[in-house]
Amino acid sequence: MPNTAYIYDAVRTPRSKGKPGGSLHEVKPIDLGAGLLRAIQERHDLDTSYVDDVVFGCVTPIGEQGSDIAKMVVQNADWDESVAGVQLDRFCASGLEAVNIAAQKVASGWEDLVLAGGVECMSRVPMGSNGGPMGSDPAFAAKTGFVPQGIGADTIATLEGWSREDVDRYALESQRRATQARDNGWFDKSVVPVKDESGVTILERDDFIKPDTTMDGLGGLNASFEMIGQFGFDDVILRKYPMLDQVNHVHTPGNSSGIVDGSSAVLIGSEKAGSDLGLTPRGRIVATAVLSTDPIIMLTGPGPAAKKCLEKAGMTKDDIDLWEINEAFASVALRYMKDLDVDHEITNVNGGAIAMGHPLGATGAMLVSVVLDELERRDMKRGMLSLCVGGGMGISTIIERA
Amino acid sequence: MTMHYDKDADGIVTITMDMSGPVNAMNDEFREDFGAVIDKLQTEEDLSGVVIASAKKVFFAGGDLNDLVAVTPDRIEDFMQGIGIIKAQMRVLEKLPVPVVAAINGAALGGGYELCLACNHRIAWNNRSVKLGLPEVTLGLLPGGGGVVRLTKLLGLEAALPYLLEGKQVDPVKALDAGMIHDLVTDVDALVPKAKEYILANKDNPDSAVQPWDQKGYKIPGGGITSPKIQQAITGGTAMLMQKTRGLLPAPEKILDVAVQALKLDLETALVIESRGIAALTLTPQAKNMISTFFFGLNKVNGGASRPKDVPPQKTEKLGVLGAGMMGQGIAYVSAMAGIEVILKDISQESAEKGKGYSEMLLDKRVSRGRMTVEKRDEVLARITPTANDDDLAGCDLIIEAVFENIELKHGVTNQLEGQLAEDGIWGSNTSTLPITQLAEASSKPENFVGIHFFSPVDKMPLVEIIVGDKTSDVALAKAFDYTQQIKKTPIVVNDSLGFFTSRTFGTYLDEGVRLLSEGAHPVLIDNMGKAVGMPVGPLQVYDEVSMELSRKAWETWEDMGVLDKWGDGTVARDVVNTMVVENGRGGRHHGGGFYEYAEDGSKAIWPGLLDLYYKSDVHLPESDLKDRLLFRQVIEALKCLESNVLRSEEDGNIGSIMGIGAPVWTGGLLQFVRTYGYDRFVARCRELSAAYGDRFDPPQIAVERAQDGQQQAA
Repeated sequence: MPNTAYIYDAVRTPRSKGKPGGSLHEVKPIDLGAGLLRAIQERHDLDTSYVDDVVFGCVTPIGEQGSDIAKMVVQNADWDESVAGVQLDRFCASGLEAVNIAAQKVASGWEDLVLAGGVECMSRVPMGSNGGPMGSDPAFAAKTGFVPQGIGADTIATLEGWSREDVDRYALESQRRATQARDNGWFDKSVVPVKDESGVTILERDDFIKPDTTMDGLGGLNASFEMIGQFGFDDVILRKYPMLDQVNHVHTPGNSSGIVDGSSAVLIGSEKAGSDLGLTPRGRIVATAVLSTDPIIMLTGPGPAAKKCLEKAGMTKDDIDLWEINEAFASVALRYMKDLDVDHEITNVNGGAIAMGHPLGATGAMLVSVVLDELERRDMKRGMLSLCVGGGMGISTIIERA
Repeated sequence: MTMHYDKDADGIVTITMDMSGPVNAMNDEFREDFGAVIDKLQTEEDLSGVVIASAKKVFFAGGDLNDLVAVTPDRIEDFMQGIGIIKAQMRVLEKLPVPVVAAINGAALGGGYELCLACNHRIAWNNRSVKLGLPEVTLGLLPGGGGVVRLTKLLGLEAALPYLLEGKQVDPVKALDAGMIHDLVTDVDALVPKAKEYILANKDNPDSAVQPWDQKGYKIPGGGITSPKIQQAITGGTAMLMQKTRGLLPAPEKILDVAVQALKLDLETALVIESRGIAALTLTPQAKNMISTFFFGLNKVNGGASRPKDVPPQKTEKLGVLGAGMMGQGIAYVSAMAGIEVILKDISQESAEKGKGYSEMLLDKRVSRGRMTVEKRDEVLARITPTANDDDLAGCDLIIEAVFENIELKHGVTNQLEGQLAEDGIWGSNTSTLPITQLAEASSKPENFVGIHFFSPVDKMPLVEIIVGDKTSDVALAKAFDYTQQIKKTPIVVNDSLGFFTSRTFGTYLDEGVRLLSEGAHPVLIDNMGKAVGMPVGPLQVYDEVSMELSRKAWETWEDMGVLDKWGDGTVARDVVNTMVVENGRGGRHHGGGFYEYAEDGSKAIWPGLLDLYYKSDVHLPESDLKDRLLFRQVIEALKCLESNVLRSEEDGNIGSIMGIGAPVWTGGLLQFVRTYGYDRFVARCRELSAAYGDRFDPPQIAVERAQDGQQQAA
């Protein structure tokens, strides 16, 4: 690798319910994103003309998230006119894909400073409102055997024999860990309060977390995908996995990732960028990996992706101190730990998207600040970040403290 | 208690607002007392409806502007909280399970109309005193009491925008047509009964208690945010708005943004965004400037702050106008319109008749547009007597002389006709360049001599500059002041001095434009920079309009009088004007062209010879310097007028600069500009400009002193 891709900073907005009534519902996507760009600029007195590109993930790029929102965010933040911007969509991995592409741009030596991140205001641009052939082109869906992700998550639990109690217990722990981290201020370094133009705070900290969650409460929730499963999706699964006699529907809103609004940003650059601008690296991107697995069950990619990433880095799982898997569904996290044979004690140590929510295009880059902060707090070295991705893909990134 | 609460046998509660101030207003008292009423309504048993009425002549006046101008960044959260309380109260009101009806007996503007919008049904008294609308934008604000959001949701984006972006006010009939209200009564006493009748008639109609935006499946008229037509309207509308404001006025931009968000979002969320909008605008210098001048300043000026207190009203009955040229004919017209008998005198009957013809033309236009009856037109015209006969002026209680700008001529006219005045009649001279004290020397009663400076075109320009000569009496000043108000114009009062206030100050704009030209700046850039600071037209174009030829004549007169360059070195301007007029025969638009060439189709283009004469491609002045030079020259001159007592008050200076010479609206006038710009910052910038471009930018002493006193903000 010609150049090391350093992480100079990583920030994120707090997350809040991604529906009318959520604390960030009133905030436009371009404002949510621009707030982070301004924060990065202020924290480092950054000469923004040095930035080559801004790569932003966004999974529902229509309406006010449409037409290359990354470039609009750059302009809205009043960054230098010379700074470019591109929006990308790799489903739920978009934010981490942005980080990886930024790292590759820098590592190749072709660019020196790139801001990676993402934005998703799910309350304002609802998930799925951009359509796409995956589920809505009948010829394609019939050919490929499409099922909604939740059915896939339930299938994983069924295949692995995880009960409703198993997934609920995982969810409860996510809530406990997230509450503990937030309330102890472990997120404060990277969570940038969202303010209005007069400087009045709209939201200071994550307010999606539900500290009062109990097993009883979780147990009382209805399974989300049982009914649509009965419409025929379960049967699609059973044809693909004929060893099963039924799909056990265990996922509910309580053990699945929350629908929230949020944004993230990670400043990635070369050593030269750091010395030119007087920036101190907090970490570096060690390796990245992306691949695909069974597109029907859709959610089993993270484990294989992490293995591929270790291989690229020439490392073993023992080289990793902390593991982070996006909690799209509880079964995804459980499967990841099982695939890699890692302990929950060192995985998602501050909770995850079940507690804090999953702003689709932004989440991946949020993981960078979550893990980097925790590596620093524990004085550890290396973390592995992974997400499951639509279409059966998986993505991983290894980061290391500088 | 300032809210009378009266429940009748039918279960209808009538709230009659009667607040302790002169008007019902959104202030702390309202928050408290209206809050109490809302609480009581929520617990009321057997409630069948609510009527909101007013015991005052004005239904409800809106927010307290004193509170608004006092808002500072550190108090912004309190301010938002205050708005939030009232908004929450209005939300409870409109969500009561019974119909709420506004009985609008007087003006309901701004907060007044916002309160009406939070009612399910609106009935207004069809009377001239009742006006409805949301004029906040004219003060640099937005309707922050739910007005932007509810009107947009009620009428649709395109229908709501004229009211929101222009502050358009309408009478009850137009409001009914527009869908802003639902019903009218012809008798004010029928208002509350009609409101109750509506409530009783809708007893079995649950929808009558639900606002449109709270009804399931409500579709905003004209289309929602995803409608292609609306998307187009937003794209085009933004450009149209920016063309109008040149980006100098944050309020309409913010209003458009909030209105669009109101299309997209639920009412509650949109209301929060609206509150953030008003909070942000309140902190802008533009809003503080506009409130200070267009509300407080204008009230003071129109309230007679500059009029001698002890002089009884001086009504003008019979007016003599001398000279039926462009100014004289305009003065005759506005005076006749105000019901004053006018003797329009010129040297020949024919010229006088021609002068009256101007009124005829304007009045015919009104008739053809349906804005005046034929009878009324004839009545107005009959008030103007065109004549060449001196004796027709006999008994005029006011004569305004509007002959050419020449001292001898004006002296002669005074001598010849002064005797026609009624006893104690007043002589007014309409001049823009000649000192009143000197003109008054020809008068046998200089105490009855006053300057009345009109602006062209007289029927359109809202300002009159009254000039007090050394000997002008309080009665003469009061006469001119009262006459100005009779013809429905705004009077400012200044002391006599060469060029008075407006012409002297405006001259600096032209002078600086010509200096930029002679330094080699591109003429197109110069004029565009003038517009970029908010002047109506660029300095070179103005020079063409007022004519360089006229400037030359004025300079000749001043040279004769020994006052040339009294206010500053005009050598550069004279060089350019002489080059243009004498060497190139380009005296201005009405002399076949000046800096510009004028085509027959009305288009214009820079005269190519101008580039050869002055343009230097290697001269690159920063745009910020170009803009500041064009603005600061005028501000500095206005400050000098203030410190040398040419201006008698800052309000007169601010109103005079806005209405008389087109000072940018966002400044709130040339003096108000410095108050929000900051005196210390202003002085520092003056010194920078002075070092770079010459001592005409030296900060006036009054600004230096105020900077030292730390006097930064307007009260």
